[in-house]
Amino acid sequence: MNSTTAARLSAWMPRLVIAPSFVLAMLFIYGLIAWNGYLSLSASRLLPNYTFVGFDQYVTLFDSERWWVALRNLAIFGGLFIGVGMALGLLLAILLDQKIRAEGVLRTIYLYPMALSFIVTGTAWKWILNPGLGIEKLVQDWGFPGFTFDWLVNPDRAIYTIVIAGVWQSAGFVMALFLAGLRGIDDSILKAAQIDGASLPRIYWRIIIPSLRPVFFSTLMVLSHLAIKSFDLVMALTAGGPGFATDVPATFMYTMAFSRGQIGLGAASATVMLATVAAIVVPYLYSELRAKR
Amino acid sequence: MSAPTAAVHGPAWHRWVLWSLLLLFAAFFLLPFYVMVTTSLKDMAQIREGNLLSLPTAPTAAAWLKAWSTACTGIDCGGLRPFFVNSVLMVVPAVLVSTALGAINGYVLSKWRFPGSELMFALILFGMFMPFQVVLLPMSQVLGWFGIASSIWGLILVHIVAGLPSTALFFRNYYVGLPDELIRAAMLDGAGFWRIFWRIVLPLSTPIMVVTLIWQFTQIWNDFLFGVVFSGAASKPVTVGLNNLANTSSAVKEYNVDMAAALIAGLPTLIVYVLAGKYFVRGLTAGAVKG
Repeated sequence: MNSTTAARLSAWMPRLVIAPSFVLAMLFIYGLIAWNGYLSLSASRLLPNYTFVGFDQYVTLFDSERWWVALRNLAIFGGLFIGVGMALGLLLAILLDQKIRAEGVLRTIYLYPMALSFIVTGTAWKWILNPGLGIEKLVQDWGFPGFTFDWLVNPDRAIYTIVIAGVWQSAGFVMALFLAGLRGIDDSILKAAQIDGASLPRIYWRIIIPSLRPVFFSTLMVLSHLAIKSFDLVMALTAGGPGFATDVPATFMYTMAFSRGQIGLGAASATVMLATVAAIVVPYLYSELRAKR
Repeated sequence: MSAPTAAVHGPAWHRWVLWSLLLLFAAFFLLPFYVMVTTSLKDMAQIREGNLLSLPTAPTAAAWLKAWSTACTGIDCGGLRPFFVNSVLMVVPAVLVSTALGAINGYVLSKWRFPGSELMFALILFGMFMPFQVVLLPMSQVLGWFGIASSIWGLILVHIVAGLPSTALFFRNYYVGLPDELIRAAMLDGAGFWRIFWRIVLPLSTPIMVVTLIWQFTQIWNDFLFGVVFSGAASKPVTVGLNNLANTSSAVKEYNVDMAAALIAGLPTLIVYVLAGKYFVRGLTAGAVKG
């Protein structure tokens, strides 16, 4: 009797052990997502107000010029961040894969920005890019007195400064992913191609890069969800300014929910962000977990 | 794979071009750091006289001292020190608890699978990708109910919950690689769930333990979103302090103090990275490429 209780207990032990974490995760992920969803359908402004108003907040959201600016900025930033980041990361990985003696040191240098907070690097870039004493003065000192570089405070250009800092920060990360992919490629195929007399660029273009397709895919996932979640960097570099010229959805949500007293609107924008990420990530997670069985 | 051998035995100018590119990129990545360090050692006169790349003519630690203890962040003028202390108080318990939970959860999800445990894992894993914006508003309400809104305890709780997916992922994927025979043999010897964990699995976990500790430390130390939304006047972490400091408008923008403050906020994770970069990179790639 005693031993069967013990046996039963030990059979249930794994479930008992994981239960608290699972419940916590379910409540804090899906419970709060549902709650946020409800807020987005409510009339909440400065305080939560659970009067149901249907999709009014979403209508307001998509009528808002500022939200469209945020979406446009996300498209510009995301496109360039992903495109340039991938190209640069792949290039770095290929360069580092040429049997470089100091590979370890160089890799450390390329990747260190990822260990820093975007607030730290954003503060640094803000100083470097500031018109007046930053790059502008440096180039003027080099003998180009007419040189101006005011992107940081130019509403039409400021979003590109965020791209510069973002790519700088994450290119090393992309490099690490591609390098791991390159190291996984079977040598014998390459040897065969070489014996056939294929040139090095041709081997890369025709054999190596195509075989990295899974890495491209997971890098794309990582970078695109990083782009959609971008918040710190924008806050540190431009705080969404000048005006709201560099607002992205994440800063829009923060401003509406926590400083403009537009809780319902903030919740609606967060739901749109979630839907975007989910549309990208859920099929990916699904295929990753399925493929493993 | 390492590159085809042709590259190594190619003409000398190949190596030349290769090395020029590698060093050029190294400079590109290092320059902002160089600028931070040199700027932080100048006074404002040297900043105005020189330019971004000029070395300090008379290095001084004044900006560092000011950033640490007297610089203004909004209306307070106590430097970054109190924020730094908050970050330490927050990061230590949050990292330890989330790593411990990750070890146990990963152990169950890899070695004690039961019907539905894979689905559980997938459901938890989504938390790694979701934009946290979607839980900020309700979360602040929940923290209020618990009476830990605007406190360090609130931040600790949030970071522990936010760390559940990645820590479970790290440990699970690592434990999947431990041979099942090991567990089965121990079970034949009469060892149960906990005994196997303590005596067999945990002693084999050092590498992934280091990866997770470093990963969580870096994530939590560098967090800004939770810090800015959930902290109160007395519980702001160092990233929020730095951002306030750098955005406090004063008559003269003291870039040297900004850079010293940025370095102070960045040094803990940077030091960990330099000492244990290998493990940090493993965390990065483990989070991206699911095994």
